[in-house]
Amino acid sequence: MSERVLEVRRLGTVKYGEALELQKQLVEDRKADRIPDQLLLLEHPSVITLGVRSRANRSHVLATAEDLEREGIELFETGRGGDVTFHGPGQLIGYPILDLRPDRLDVHRYVRDLEDVMIGVAGAFGVTAARQTGFTGAWVNTAAQDAPPAWEKLAAIGVRIARWVTSHGFAFNVTTDLGQFSLIIPCGIADKGVTSLEKLLGRDVPMAEVEDAAVAALAAVFCRRPVEIGPF
Amino acid sequence: MPTNVVMPQMGESIAEGTIVRWIKKVGDDVDRDEPLFEISTDKVDAEIPSPAAGRLAEIRVKEGETVPVNSVVAVIAATGEAVVEAPASAAPASGAAAGAGTAPAPTVTPAAPPAEDEDGDGADDPHRQKSSPLVRRIAREHNVDITRIQGTGINGRVTKQDILTFIESGAAAPAAARGPAVPASGSAPAATVPAPGPAYKPGESVQIVPMSVMRRKIAEHMVLSAHTSPHVYSVYEVNFGRIGALREKKKAEFEAAGAKLTYTAFIAKVIVDALRQFPVVNASIDGHNIVYKKDINLGIAVALDNGLIVPVIRNADERNLLGLSRAIDDVATRARSKKLNPEEVQGGTFTITNPGVFGALYGLPLINQPQVAILGVGVIEKRAVVIDDAIAIRPVCHLTLGYDHRLIDGAEAGRFLAFVKERLEGFAE
Repeated sequence: MSERVLEVRRLGTVKYGEALELQKQLVEDRKADRIPDQLLLLEHPSVITLGVRSRANRSHVLATAEDLEREGIELFETGRGGDVTFHGPGQLIGYPILDLRPDRLDVHRYVRDLEDVMIGVAGAFGVTAARQTGFTGAWVNTAAQDAPPAWEKLAAIGVRIARWVTSHGFAFNVTTDLGQFSLIIPCGIADKGVTSLEKLLGRDVPMAEVEDAAVAALAAVFCRRPVEIGPF
Repeated sequence: MPTNVVMPQMGESIAEGTIVRWIKKVGDDVDRDEPLFEISTDKVDAEIPSPAAGRLAEIRVKEGETVPVNSVVAVIAATGEAVVEAPASAAPASGAAAGAGTAPAPTVTPAAPPAEDEDGDGADDPHRQKSSPLVRRIAREHNVDITRIQGTGINGRVTKQDILTFIESGAAAPAAARGPAVPASGSAPAATVPAPGPAYKPGESVQIVPMSVMRRKIAEHMVLSAHTSPHVYSVYEVNFGRIGALREKKKAEFEAAGAKLTYTAFIAKVIVDALRQFPVVNASIDGHNIVYKKDINLGIAVALDNGLIVPVIRNADERNLLGLSRAIDDVATRARSKKLNPEEVQGGTFTITNPGVFGALYGLPLINQPQVAILGVGVIEKRAVVIDDAIAIRPVCHLTLGYDHRLIDGAEAGRFLAFVKERLEGFAE
């Protein structure tokens, strides 16, 4: 069986609003079958985004409007699932625009598959990540060996699906400034921390290497054949 | 003719959805396939297109409300020629069918296949559209007439809690097991069963974690099974000397063929033969009828990180030892990597579970409904056994048959296990 093509576009740093518009366009193109499946890899300038669950309730954003302005952080309402999150430099953003038809018509399975991708990326750098039942994302136990587990979030997931075409996706902390997460309660979960690949490994990791790992993991989990093409 | 818009089922494990936004307002014109509303489940937000063209006549579920899959959330009144597109029988079921453009529901509803809806409960029964497929399935499995239950959900909908409370109250069980149904007396079941559950608060040296969907489904299913079947167990000790020797002998041959020869494969082979021999063990109960299954579809319980799943090997009796080895290895691997297709966990007629892998001497498993028996495989360990008045060391395994005493008596279960023991101890090459 021939694998479906996955066009991979490495976009560098893209403003959140622009990426939103781009995704919208690509989703329409994908729905109309004008393009094959896409994987957008990029970074965002610092931004706080609200998922559909947090639209009405902003209590999970701790920072005041002044704080955000001073830090130069935008605030966005988006159409993805999930609560509030932070994106910023050093965080690999992946937006898969995939048609889940005909064989993956299950939104939960899609989220679990993205978790598999995140766990695979972590594994590529020797980091053991895992699922935490009830808490979507990829989590790493950062406690000492005999201590009770302390789970910190390495990657977050928030997804939108329209006519079985996906958008939004994952955010994997590579060298993210973790202090910025203190502006929010990530994903509405108050009692768990966040971490990054840099913090876990104690060294800087080139973004391109993480991108490569993400392409490989996503292609494997979704049985797609990645094709690298230019930004646009 | 109006078209009902239903909450689509967006995945196997999804029983309900929350409407987060209505894109259209009452009175708006909509085209078929035009985005109508957004729903949210877990970390996913999905945009749901309209199943038909017309005018949005009624919104029945407000933003922020959560309803079971297949509940009617809105009604679209047809305008002009769009009527022609609407199916002639605009009952709720066809409302879902009209949603074929929306289409998630019909294509991905393994947990409650549309086919199940056809068996009996009339499409025009008002309670039918007032209960989820899950509730209707529970009702069917317990022989509960759903119209007897006072629903507490939206528009009098019978919720899962309603039916479970009803069943727990004992009003339902006799229908199947003890003849005529107890008339639904005036005593509201809800009142007789105090709400259970300790009220833990976070911070009181407890950690409170919501159950995963899988956990909830397992919990539901296990309670259902415990309520449905009077479980009885027989345990047989089986000498695995011959199987062990055969496995060693054939291992290389199987590996060359790309298969892993496990004890489970041998057991599965013998079980399949036994099920052929004792069809009552490969059956189900439907009201006062016994349903003998012509197919032998063998479920193999696979432990996952946070739960378990039972993939099914269809027509297991058509496979030889090599074929069974391959199939077991395949479904177990894909179960662990979550690559099973929904239909691969359905339609089992008998289940094998293996508490022995964790070291248990034997297990007392609960039946995987609507099956009537389950085999538990204990640990295989060398023990001192007495053979011809001499003590010998042999690998020994305890096999447990858990069975539904409504249908299977001890004598039949004993004959079944004796057959299994004999075949395993003298496995024919």
